This record gives sequence, C-alpha cells and structure tokens, in this order.
Amino acid sequence: MKRTSLFQSHVSIGAQMLPFAGWEMPIQYSGILAEAKAVRFAAGIFDVSHMGRVEITGRDAAKFIDRLVTGDVLKMVVGRARYTIICNEAGGIIDDTIVYRLDEERFLMVPNASNADEVLAWLNHWKDTWGSQIELNVITEETALIALQGPLAKEILQPICSVDMSDVRPFRCVQGQISGVTAIICRTGYTGEDGFEIVIPSESAALIWKSFMDGGAIPCGLGARDVLRLEAGLLLHGSDMDSSVTPLEVGLERYVNWGQGEFMGLPALQESKSIGLSKALVGFRLVERGVPRHGYHIVNEHEAIGTVTSGTYSPTLDMGIGLGYVSLEFSTLGTRIAIDIRGRLAEAEVTAIPFYSRKR
Amino acid sequence: MYPLDRRYSRDHEWAKDENDGTFLIGITDYAQEHLGDIVFLELPRVGASLNQMEKLGEVESVKSVSDIFSPISGEIVEVNQIVVDSPEIVNEDPYDQGWLVRVNPSQPAEIDDLMTAADYESFLESLG
Repeated sequence: MKRTSLFQSHVSIGAQMLPFAGWEMPIQYSGILAEAKAVRFAAGIFDVSHMGRVEITGRDAAKFIDRLVTGDVLKMVVGRARYTIICNEAGGIIDDTIVYRLDEERFLMVPNASNADEVLAWLNHWKDTWGSQIELNVITEETALIALQGPLAKEILQPICSVDMSDVRPFRCVQGQISGVTAIICRTGYTGEDGFEIVIPSESAALIWKSFMDGGAIPCGLGARDVLRLEAGLLLHGSDMDSSVTPLEVGLERYVNWGQGEFMGLPALQESKSIGLSKALVGFRLVERGVPRHGYHIVNEHEAIGTVTSGTYSPTLDMGIGLGYVSLEFSTLGTRIAIDIRGRLAEAEVTAIPFYSRKR
Repeated sequence: MYPLDRRYSRDHEWAKDENDGTFLIGITDYAQEHLGDIVFLELPRVGASLNQMEKLGEVESVKSVSDIFSPISGEIVEVNQIVVDSPEIVNEDPYDQGWLVRVNPSQPAEIDDLMTAADYESFLESLG
C-alpha cells in the first residue's frame, strides 16, 4: 500500500485511513457532512497526491497529446488548463484527465489514481509507435497534489502566494511560490466550487498543508470529495464510466472536438454519433427518503431498466441523488423512475446535472 | 466507558430496562462512530412484533447502509420521532436522546443473553 507524503499529517489529526486505488488515503476527519459544508461555505483542503502526474515535454508535446485526447490541445495557450478525455480506438473512455500547458513544450497531465499506470503505458505505446519527439516524466512520487477548494480558497491562498490570483482565472495555471515553496498553481478542482489544485515538492507538502490549515481551511477526505463531485455532476471514472462506454453515452460530447484534426477514437465516435445512442447516463433525484448507491437497480414498473453508477445523500440539497445508465426512452428530464433500495422501491425523477451549481 | 445500566449485542445494539415494563433500544457509540454521519433511519411502526435478532430497521449514513437487529423480542410501543426527524442525534447522543424504539418485551429474560458493558468492551477489543 502506497502512502502520500502527507500521511503523517493525516494520522496526527485523527483521519480515518482506508485503501483507495492502491493508496492508504484519508476518507474522513471530522465527518463527511461537516467537511462538505466547509467546502460549500468556507474552504477545505484535500490530499489528492494519489492522482497521477505526468510531465510531457519536447518538440512534439502539443501534437502528441492532441492526437490522444478528444479536446483541442494545439489551441491551448501557455497557462491554460483543459478537462479532456482519453479514448481508445473504439471510442471507449480510458480515462478523463486535466491537461495543463505549463510552457510551449511542457505539459502536465493528471490521470485518475486507479488509471495512472494504464494511461502511462498508453502514452508510452503511442510515443514509440509514432516516434514522437517527447519525454514522459512521472512526477507522482516526488511531488504532492493538494486541492484547496471553496469560496474562501482565494483568500486563504493569496497572502502566502507570490502570484496575484486575480489574474489566474478558472482553468488557468501558473508557476509561483507558496510560503516560499515552488509550486504549480491551477485554478481547477473536483467539487463545484472555486479553488486551486497545487503541485509542490513532496518534502514541502506538510508545510503547505499546515499553512492552509492555519489560514482556516478544513481538512477533507475522499468521502466528502465524492459527495461534492456528485452534487456538482462530475463523473468518476471506474464508477460512472469506463472503456466500455463512449463520451457520447456519458453526456460528455461537449468535450469532443468534432472540428479539424484527428484524434484517437474519432472515427468510432463519428460512427456512433451517426447510428445514435441506445443508452445514456442520466442524473436523478429521489422524491422520497433514501440514499441511492452504486449497483442498485433503476426500475420502471418493476422492471430493471438500468443501474446506479454513483449515489449519495446530498447535504446541500437534502435529498438522495445519483447517476446511472438507462435506455434512451427513459433519459428525458422529468421521467419518473424508481430506485430499488434493498427491496424498497423509492420514487425518483430524471434531473438535469449538475445537481448543484455555485452562484457566481 | 460504556453505560452499565444496559446490555449489548454483538451487532452493536443496546437494550435498557426502563423498569416500567418496557425496554429502550438503540445503537452503540462504536456503531455510530463506524457509520459516520447518519442521514436516515428506517424504523418499524408502533404495534409491530419482532423476535430477538430479527431485523428492526436500517440506518443510512453518508458512507453506507446497515441493518439494525432487535436485541430482544417484543412489540414496538413507541418510535423515537426525534431521531426520525433529526438522525444526527444518534451520532451525537446514542445512549440517551438517540434511542430508537421502545419495546414491550415478550421474553424479558432474553436480556441475559446480551453482553454486559464490560463484556462488550472486551468484545470490541477482540475486533481490533
């Protein structure tokens, strides 16, 4: 079991540690509800050092990434971050990721923890096949990744940061110093709130973590992170999607660049689009009490019509919410469905995602 | 550490003799700690009859869902409406305000099948 450089920081404040994707990670500290609330109304910090971090450098770096993801990378200017999808030849989703352009010929890619090895193997395979003039440098071990999220995130970061954060808008990234430590600071996140994801050297992680806590940020575990990302309608690879589905089926077509150029999986996605979908990932909310969970059946007239891929109690909305696949006829907003909660049929309604959007 | 005025089950419920012919039933501090934030309780209706170790209801936390089993046989004579409306009270005060149901026991001697506070503590230690 791997441990992040913040392991001692977590244990020393009483975190509940559990295995996740091969890492021993904090699931919760004070409690999932209190932590989720802190992120919605103040600020929280998450150790997400288990996520992959690959630097892609060299003359062909932009072109190489552009060929492997569904979004346009060539048009990204330095300092841009982009959420994008890595598909296989059949259009199946290998992973979703954020790509950061740190310099003309230097990118950072952050794959999910559970897919980091597979993504690296995929990158290496195409580097060799295409003879691309790039270097792949895994910096997961030597760095830590801390997410500082919530409406007060900027107020906590700014006093200890060398860069004026007013100039760093959402989905931008910049290199600077935090408490004197060299950092890559990205205005991205996985909670639906304003915030930052920060890459720092491992040996300085505990210091930065403490600086954020001293600034008032509440330590948050993966439990709260899952609640927050689901409220914000953000999918989790491995639960809501995998290589058996395409970006079209999971409702991520807006991240597919149908325009100029080619990328891995494009022909398959074009074909899939012309044929049309047979199933779709939808959001739903329970209209009665209950908590939907991964694996529960979605039911219509006592007949299973799909499966819940993610579900939780939403503290922000005070109701059960979830995501799941249904055949296309049940995917229209407002459609009444039911969730089989351990034998009890709880009424639910197909709802627009995100379930929650922050006020801007 | 665990209240001495009641008995405990291996499924982490407690039963307390109210000395008025009824028993209160709840879940232990260990149970609420492991469940985390409780958001819903599914409890039986007044008048329902349960056998010892029969499923009494369900407790849903943000993290997970667990069955609750009745530590003694009897008829439900009262459901704690306070915890139905505010389940977090079970987290905050599992032994007093956070009781779940009141039971009119059909076999009060069953209480002797349950663990004392000391035995329950040893049992928890054996769980590691």
